Amino acid sequence: MEKTVNQKAWFLVLPVLVLVAFSAVIPLMTVVNYSVQDSFGQNNFFWAGLIWFEELLNSERMWDALGRQLAFSAIILAIEVPLGIFVALNMPKKGFWASVCLVLMSLPLLIPWNVVGTIWQVFARVDIGLLGYTLDKIGVDYNYTQDFFAAWATIIVMDVWHWTSLVALLAYAGLQSIPNAYYQAAKIDQASRWAVFRYIEFPKMLGVLMIAILLRFMDSFMIYTEPFVVTGGGPGNATTLLSIDLVKMALGQFDLGNAAAFSIMYFLVILAISWVFYTVMTNLDKRDAG
Amino acid sequence: MAKITLDNLAHSYMPNPASEDDFALKELNHDWADGEAYALLGSSGCGKSTLLNIISGLLHPSQGRILFDGKDVTGAPTAERNIAQVFQFPVVYDTMTVRDNLAFPLRNRGADPAYIAQRVQSIAAMIGMEDTLNRKARGLTADAKQKISLGRGMVREDVNALLFDEPLTVIDPHMKWELRTQLKRLHHDFGHTMIYVTHDQTEALTFADKVVVMYDGRVVQIGTPEELFERPAHTFVGYFIGSPGMNVIPARIEGDRAHVEGGSVALPGGFAPLSGKVEIGVRPEYARLTSGEGLPVTIRRVEDVGRHKIVRATLGERDLNIIAAESDSIGPDMTRVTFDPAGVNVYVDDWRVAPGSTQPSKVGEAA
Repeated sequence: MEKTVNQKAWFLVLPVLVLVAFSAVIPLMTVVNYSVQDSFGQNNFFWAGLIWFEELLNSERMWDALGRQLAFSAIILAIEVPLGIFVALNMPKKGFWASVCLVLMSLPLLIPWNVVGTIWQVFARVDIGLLGYTLDKIGVDYNYTQDFFAAWATIIVMDVWHWTSLVALLAYAGLQSIPNAYYQAAKIDQASRWAVFRYIEFPKMLGVLMIAILLRFMDSFMIYTEPFVVTGGGPGNATTLLSIDLVKMALGQFDLGNAAAFSIMYFLVILAISWVFYTVMTNLDKRDAG
Repeated sequence: MAKITLDNLAHSYMPNPASEDDFALKELNHDWADGEAYALLGSSGCGKSTLLNIISGLLHPSQGRILFDGKDVTGAPTAERNIAQVFQFPVVYDTMTVRDNLAFPLRNRGADPAYIAQRVQSIAAMIGMEDTLNRKARGLTADAKQKISLGRGMVREDVNALLFDEPLTVIDPHMKWELRTQLKRLHHDFGHTMIYVTHDQTEALTFADKVVVMYDGRVVQIGTPEELFERPAHTFVGYFIGSPGMNVIPARIEGDRAHVEGGSVALPGGFAPLSGKVEIGVRPEYARLTSGEGLPVTIRRVEDVGRHKIVRATLGERDLNIIAAESDSIGPDMTRVTFDPAGVNVYVDDWRVAPGSTQPSKVGEAA
């Protein structure tokens, strides 16, 4: 077949180019611009080279925040994914109660993030909060404003409360796509409950689970509002996650160069991890297809 | 291996079935003889799969009992019944190799590894997949997956019965033939009780010793292929089996003659007066075009299918199919049809009445 040459076709991609330029490329380039300059106020900028990046890589503060961030994401994934699967496995498959469960499960997902933070901030207070007060009364030494473990436990439980539903709903969708014949065949083959999970349910859920893990990883890696509202990053720097640290640096201290370099590093880490997920997922698809 | 008895069995998917129409499977009494191969034939939605799932224990019947060799298993779970079942669409464990798939039912029952290896090897030979044993089941063609499903169904030697739920639907025609032959040979060699659900009459007639025809949740006839052809117990059997199906013509019966539109027809015997909707059924094979005597017909078209010709005609208002030999020439003067009296069956309210009796004898009803 002859290929039609029509250079005017380029104009068709122009709207998308403009949109992406204004929504992503230009803002990102501003950040890149800041990351290689220094300013002493009055909007005067000087070329600074890569010193912000050097400083960043040698900054204990950044490495600590990154470590806390990775720990946070790892912990919530380790809890939310198995818990979500467990919830999905135990949800009714159809009927009235299936609908009730679905609605209840999606409720936490609909609450605005700062409201989630506020709810838990109040809920966990030792003086007036139901949870904090109860724990204190039954003799648990719990005060999230002073204790490292209490602060971490609070923001982790909050995140689990907020986001396990998402994993559960996605896993549930994966489970619903399994034809009944598979379960019937497993019964005929006398497969144990574990074998049914291991060889039927888990492989069929894997695709959506990868999406769930990717979404939860990215969201938790960028989490800001909820822990900020609850702990404000404290006690000390105990719950100062990457984004909290970044905001402190950019808006609190107004270290634009540092913050810009920080942002770029943040962006690259997320990009790298997303790329790994993407590769794994497309390989899974390929394996399914061929 | 076992004799399977269905005692007063019926099933409805509704919690409180009120009338007979609410039942997906209407009351049924039947013995599946030990070691026989049955085909369960019927159109979609007639209750075939329901019956199969009740036998395998995947479904609990609304009423009645199931007995294996006289032992009541109605409440027993699938595992206890020791049944193998193959489904319409291939069910394989994607993440396992073909070998593990085949070994799975044996491993779950704690069989000896040496025995498993030997058994898997022979099943693989039977389904022609020895070369792919170490491949993951994921990504195989639907054909191959269904062969694995069949293999998994056959891997256990001690099963009470082997149930097949339209297993060859997804297999291509050439392989269909081969697998069906394999299944027949397996039956011949091991003598399992086999129940094979299908809506394909050729498949049913070639596979089974006895064909069970179901219509609208009811078993309408159980018989050998020859019985189904010569003496369909219900007009549905006449219509469903045969290509084209039986001609059904409203009639008035008087002794050994049936009066139909345009004349009268000789019957194989004498009948007492019958009440209800009376019809005669004649297979196209027993109808013959003549230029002399017989009922007047209008020929609409002639289809030459190679082995014979199918004449599509009308008798009065009704369609009538006639099969003529390939060598017969059909002249313009051949406007009459005669029926071979031995091939004429009489139906009252869709059920066949034997010469001399006034009541149809229906299958499945308690004596």
